[in-house]
Amino acid sequence: QLSLFRFTVKRPFSTSHSSVDSKEMKKFQLLAHKWWDEEGEYAALHSMNDIRVPFIRDTLLSMSSNYHPGNPLSGIKILDVGCGGGLLSEPLGRLGASVTGIDPVEDNIRTADRHKSFDPVLAKRIQYKSSSLEEIVEESMETFDVIVASEVVEHVADLETFIKCCSQVLKPEGSLFITTINKTQLSYVLGIVVAEKIMGIVPEGTHEWEKFVPPKELERLLESNGFSVKTVNGMLYNPLSGSWGWMESTSLNYAVHAVKSGARARSYATDGPSETDIQQHSATAGTA
Amino acid sequence: QAPASPAGRRAPLGARLRARPRAPLRSAASAPPLYDVVVSGGGMVGSAMAAVLGHDIHFHDKKIALLEAGPRKEYDHMPDSYSNRVSSISPGSATLLSSCGAWDHVCSLRLKPFRRMQVWDACSEAMIVFEKDDLDDMGYIVENDVIMSALTKQLDAVAERVEVFYSSRAVGYTWPLPSHSSDTSPWVQVELADGRRLQTKLLIGADGHNSVVRKEAEIKNIEHQYDQSAVVATLHLFEATDNNVAWQRFLPTGPIALLPLSDTASSLVWSTSHDHASELLAMDEESFVDSINSAFWSNINHSDFIDTAGAMFRSAISLLKPSGTAVRQLPPSVAKVDPESRAMFPLGMGHATEYVQHRVALIGDAAHRVHPLAGQGVNLGFGDIACLAHHLSAAAFNGSDLGSLKHLLKFETERQRHNVSLIAATDVLKRLYSTTLAPLVLLRTWGLQATNALPPVKEQIMAFASK
Repeated sequence: QLSLFRFTVKRPFSTSHSSVDSKEMKKFQLLAHKWWDEEGEYAALHSMNDIRVPFIRDTLLSMSSNYHPGNPLSGIKILDVGCGGGLLSEPLGRLGASVTGIDPVEDNIRTADRHKSFDPVLAKRIQYKSSSLEEIVEESMETFDVIVASEVVEHVADLETFIKCCSQVLKPEGSLFITTINKTQLSYVLGIVVAEKIMGIVPEGTHEWEKFVPPKELERLLESNGFSVKTVNGMLYNPLSGSWGWMESTSLNYAVHAVKSGARARSYATDGPSETDIQQHSATAGTA
Repeated sequence: QAPASPAGRRAPLGARLRARPRAPLRSAASAPPLYDVVVSGGGMVGSAMAAVLGHDIHFHDKKIALLEAGPRKEYDHMPDSYSNRVSSISPGSATLLSSCGAWDHVCSLRLKPFRRMQVWDACSEAMIVFEKDDLDDMGYIVENDVIMSALTKQLDAVAERVEVFYSSRAVGYTWPLPSHSSDTSPWVQVELADGRRLQTKLLIGADGHNSVVRKEAEIKNIEHQYDQSAVVATLHLFEATDNNVAWQRFLPTGPIALLPLSDTASSLVWSTSHDHASELLAMDEESFVDSINSAFWSNINHSDFIDTAGAMFRSAISLLKPSGTAVRQLPPSVAKVDPESRAMFPLGMGHATEYVQHRVALIGDAAHRVHPLAGQGVNLGFGDIACLAHHLSAAAFNGSDLGSLKHLLKFETERQRHNVSLIAATDVLKRLYSTTLAPLVLLRTWGLQATNALPPVKEQIMAFASK
């Protein structure tokens, strides 16, 4: 969960718009201490680990040639954007990755830090920072092998800026994993009316349908900013069993895996897609 | 703070999250060593659990501790004489033991496969014979010491992952508060008799039917002491024979079983009243041997009525299903008993209402205790291990918190489903066969004869018992 903040306070070095939305931040501040109650407000996020962790793990394992038993993600640097209380950072850390988790809500970072502190292995592997994505771009150019932005982009103020920043901090050929919610009639009925107002699966007011992102839109933004979309998979939550599963249709929740093109960092503002991008795009057309 | 309960969450989950914590916990600075898994109890089941996890690929970088109250036993070489504590190991259990490399050691030490099992009544001619169609081994009779020796070797082989604490009795457990009140340690604290402390993310209780883990976790246990004790001994047969059959006869006082150890030796397990058991231990060796032979051979409990009714039923079956009745064979006769090998222990049944709680799981006799008449006791424990290890391995590969109730509950559901029916059936059989009342004898006579005539039913029974 990320609430990216539109700063009203003047900061000495920030200039243009950022992707953080202040209203969104306030929502998450109130629930900062509820992250680790597996039966509480964030129960659906806890159980989402059962599909998103294997998805990330298996995709990364299939792209690498060697695999360390017991530590399959060892040596991989992951950025967890909008890490919240660390629900996804911790399993990735347990699998051996070096994880940097960022979230603009300080209370979230405090909760995350405290929760990892009891496990010396995790305490070393995971670093949390209260920050927005833009704020770390300068010091983290092409630093990460993987970026994970799970249940974040539907809270972001400016999606294209967000994606550009992801590209800047990601190494060439690095992976970007996104999970988010589609903008459909169905997602309004099930995702907002039922999930928030009727069944209380998600705390009320968490989501705004206007900010949901259709997969085609996300793909377009990714492809035009140096990414090649490899996988798009629909996800479905079963409220009776409290568990998630994969499904064909992306009309509700979906997950995306995209890979940053192998060329060195370029300026994104002006150029159209390069030849490499066109080739990659046509190679992957029909996989989604 | 009561957790929010969106529709669909199971209510019992919230009720289980804790047992009362005790002392306030010290700061991280002086924190006791933290393990991923601590297994409390170093018997066959506890040792096998630690060995299986230690050999699991997804536990490659994890830290496991095994706590055993007794001293380390050296099993450098097996004495020539057989131990009087043996177990019937099912093919499923053999598979589990070979998954951690222990079965090879067992085979190179000693074991006796058996192909057939004959079970019959003392009050009638009814009998049932189990054997596999393909004449495969039905099971193996192995001394408990042999299994422990094999497991100890395999634990030594993964010593960098599994730390075994001998002569270390756990005297106290402190349970964590639910994980979202984040100021205290989320781990289980274990205190040993010598004052040392450990912390763990998951505590597995394998400490027997009087489990301290179960009691401290305040898990209710349904238990019942049978008015029976089991007498065990090592016997020498009158003459050498193939000896690949397990024999069990139901006497009104309790079942007597002869389990093959070698071509010339068998192990005795005789469940009988406490008084009779004491008598058997006290009498001289010759009388003891006579009692055994007479228990297997004598027809003193037959009555004409039952014999006739039984014979009638048998003819009816042979009309419908000619191959459905078999000739009753007689077990080998016993010549001698090993001196010093006679011993007795009381019998009972028990079943824990829950096998798991947040960060705790029970396996083996700590979770369930059963009468030896079905030869299932340790096999249930090995079945628990196979199931729990499977779920823990998957959880480790998913980066999950090992003590999380989510996968622990899956283990509990699977095993309770399997164990409850077997324990209940064993208990029913024990009671059914403890009487000489004609109607019940008739019922069980016909029941046994009918079951014997139905291969599909027998195959189901064998498949269930050999998991």
